[in-house]
Amino acid sequence: MADLYRENILDHYRNPRNYGTIENADISYEDSNPLCGDRVRIDMRIEDGKIVEIKFSGRGCAISQASASMLTEMVEGADLDEIRELSAQDILDELGVPISPARVKCALLGLKVLKSAAYGITDWPEH
Amino acid sequence: MTTQPTTPPGTFDARQVKQDFPILHQTIHGKPLTYLDSAASSQKPSVVIEALDAYYRASNANIHRGVYWLSERATALYDEAREKVARFINAPDARSCVFVRNATEALNLVAYSWGRANLGPGDTVVLTLLEHHSNIVPWQIITAERGATIRYVDIDDDGRLRLDQLDHYLRTERVKLVGVTHVANALGTINPVAEIAASAHAAGALVLVDGAQSVPHMPVDVQALDIDFLVFSGHKMLGPMGIGVLWGRREILEAMPPFLGGGDMIREVTTCGSTWADLPAKFEAGTPSVGDAVGLGAAIDYLTALGMDAVRAHEREIVAYALERLAQVPGITLYGPTGEDRAGVVSFTLDDIHPHDIASILDSEGVAIRAGHHCAQPLMDRLGVVATARASFYVYNSEEDVDRLADALQTVRRIFGPGA
Repeated sequence: MADLYRENILDHYRNPRNYGTIENADISYEDSNPLCGDRVRIDMRIEDGKIVEIKFSGRGCAISQASASMLTEMVEGADLDEIRELSAQDILDELGVPISPARVKCALLGLKVLKSAAYGITDWPEH
Repeated sequence: MTTQPTTPPGTFDARQVKQDFPILHQTIHGKPLTYLDSAASSQKPSVVIEALDAYYRASNANIHRGVYWLSERATALYDEAREKVARFINAPDARSCVFVRNATEALNLVAYSWGRANLGPGDTVVLTLLEHHSNIVPWQIITAERGATIRYVDIDDDGRLRLDQLDHYLRTERVKLVGVTHVANALGTINPVAEIAASAHAAGALVLVDGAQSVPHMPVDVQALDIDFLVFSGHKMLGPMGIGVLWGRREILEAMPPFLGGGDMIREVTTCGSTWADLPAKFEAGTPSVGDAVGLGAAIDYLTALGMDAVRAHEREIVAYALERLAQVPGITLYGPTGEDRAGVVSFTLDDIHPHDIASILDSEGVAIRAGHHCAQPLMDRLGVVATARASFYVYNSEEDVDRLADALQTVRRIFGPGA
C-alpha cells in the first residue's frame, strides 16, 4: 500500500535536511512546478568549485520536498562538474520508490533547480 | 440496440445505473475502482460505446454533398444528433446548435468571432472568479487585442458570487458581455444564471453561460434561463471526447463572422473572396466528428431516460451525504456552499498534506479523484490555497463510493501521521 510513501521519504518530508536559506549565498536559484504549485529554492556557498554549504527551502508535496532534501545530502561537498553530470535516474534511484509518470516532475524539481543553479555559475568569477 | 438504461422509470438506483458502465467494473491496484472524477470526464455507458461502434461499422461516410446512400445516412444521423441536443436544452431551433470539439472550443469561438467584432476600447467583459481558465484566457487574448477591459466578480466566503459587484459593473461601465459558469467546477456552486441574465440584459449586455458542469447534471433550459450563449462538452455527460456544443441566439449567431474558414462553411468561393453558409454550417468548417455527435446523441437518450430531474435529485442526495460524512474526517477543510445551490462536487484539503499526496494515496486504494488547481488558479488564489483535492459525483456513484473515499482519507492520515 502506498509504496511511494515509504518511511525514508516521509522522514525527509517531516524532517528536511539542510532546510533554510544562506545569507550572501554564492548561488541562489528557485523554480516551481506550476501544475502543482511545488516550489523549491536552493542556496549554495561555493569554494574552489566545490559546494561547501547547501540549503533548500520551499513548499509542496511530500515527493518534491523529500527529494530536494535528499538531494542536498547527496551533493554537499561535491564539485560543480559532478552536479552537471547528475542524472534524473540518479535521483529516482536515491528515492528508491516507484514514481508514477504524473509525479516525476515533483520528484525532479529539486534537481532541476540545482542544475539551473550549477549551469548558471559558468558566468561566476573564478575563486 | 436499446438506448434505455436498465433502471425502470420513476426510480433512481445508482448501483443499478453503474451496471451500464463496463469501465467501472475493474480493480485498480487490487482494489475496486471508485471513480470520483466525473467533473473532469465522465465514464460511458454501453449504449454510447455501442452507438460509436455501430456508426463506424454501418454508417460512416463524409457528410453533405455525398450523393450516395452511406453519406446520406451519415448526414441524417448527424442532423438527428443535433435535434437531440436542441431538445435537451430546449433550444428554439436546432440550427442554432453548433457542434464543436468541446466547451473550450465553443468559448474560443464566441471570443474570437463575437468578441473581435463587438468589443472595442471602453468596453467591458465581466467574468467571475469561479470561471474555468477556458472562460478566462480567450477573453484575456481578445480584450487585449481590442483594447477592452475584463472585470471579475468576486465570491463571498461560502463561494457564492458577489452579485452586488456585478450590479456595480453593470451600472458604472459599458459592459458588452457577462460570462459566467453555471456550476463552478472547483467548488460546485450553482450560480443564479437566470437572475444574472436579467440584470445583464437590463444593462444591455449579453450573457454567455459555461454549462460544462451543469448540462450533464441538471435540467438546463436556455429559454427559461433567457441567456444568449450556452457551451458544454459531450465527454462530461456520458458522451465521447471530441464533441461539444455551442448554442447561441439565432440572430446573434447569424450576425457573427465565421471562426474557422474552410470546407462546409461557405456558400461560394471565388479567387476574390467567399460568402458564408447558413447556420450551423458557417461555424462548422471541415469534416466534423460525426461519430462522436452520434455518440453524444446516444448519451442524451440515456440521460433523458434517467430523467434530468432524477439525476439532479440523486446528486443532491449524494453530495449532502458526502459533506456530512467527510466533515467527520479530522483535519479536513471543505470548500464551497452547503445549501441547495451546491452541485455534486466536493473540494477539500486535509491538514497541510499536499492534494497530490492525498490523490496518490487514494489512488493506491482504488479511489480516483482530482488534485490541483482545477484550471481555476484565480479562484485558488482567492481561497488562499495552492491546490485542493476534489471528488465529483455522477449517476453511477452511490453512498458506497463516498464511504470508500472517507475510509481512504483515514489511510492518508495514518501515513502522514498527526500534525503532518
